[in-house]
Amino acid sequence: MELLIQFGFFLFLLVVGLLFGSMNEKRHFRQLKEQEAALREVMVFNERHLPEWLEVRQAKLVVGSVVIGEDYFKRVAAALKSIFGGRLTMYESLMDRGRREAVLRMKQEARRMGATMIFNVRFETASLSEDSAGRQQAFSAEFIAYGTALVPAAPPA
Amino acid sequence: MRGVYDEQALIPGFPHHRQNMELSNLEMLPGRSIVRHLGLVQGSTVRSKHAGKDILAGFKNFVGGELKAYTELLNESRKEAIDRMVQQAQAAGANAVVNVRFSTSNIAAGAAEVMAYGTAVVVE
Repeated sequence: MELLIQFGFFLFLLVVGLLFGSMNEKRHFRQLKEQEAALREVMVFNERHLPEWLEVRQAKLVVGSVVIGEDYFKRVAAALKSIFGGRLTMYESLMDRGRREAVLRMKQEARRMGATMIFNVRFETASLSEDSAGRQQAFSAEFIAYGTALVPAAPPA
Repeated sequence: MRGVYDEQALIPGFPHHRQNMELSNLEMLPGRSIVRHLGLVQGSTVRSKHAGKDILAGFKNFVGGELKAYTELLNESRKEAIDRMVQQAQAAGANAVVNVRFSTSNIAAGAAEVMAYGTAVVVE
């Protein structure tokens, strides 16, 4: 009986994870698409050197960050998939979401100061899911994107 | 770490003179010229959330998505790390920090170290 309850609880979490997780993911991807379209005019480069003709009025460090966690379904599915190895698509989408969101937030900060381009963009990812004993908890990771936002001296003709 | 940093740095929300300190993650500050290099400056902070938020984030981990409590926490930490770096730079007589880099590491469950470092310079 006790086993049955435990199994029921596990199934419940699995279904909740699957339903809400995929709903959240779909919504997030939709939002990303919209916001990316809205922020397209902010150009992003990972180039370190500025073109010589560019005259800069203002430069400022901008950072975008987000912490994204997995859902219960992904956790179980990834554990099962890891037995056989290969692509963990459930985590690939998670990483994609985190990184795109970080870039968006960085772009938003740049636009607030009136910048039209960001140079030397760097990414950083840190897993937050492991405690000091090395035990694996539910996976979550911080994604940051940062760069130098530039306000050009004259608006491009 | 006590004594290294100004006591005021430990008061959250204390206004620093960030406006006269220019930050960039390029090797130079676009539009300005560097006249002196003053060496590496860095700032870091270790923070954890209070237990309530941790539990809420734990629930959020069943349905997935952004863990806002953690995002906020790390953003605050990053601001503080930058503030401490800026203070070091100011103490060295700099008015800009170039080549700024960030690094986050997870040192215990729910606690993370955020670090910012860069090169303090004088620009004109």
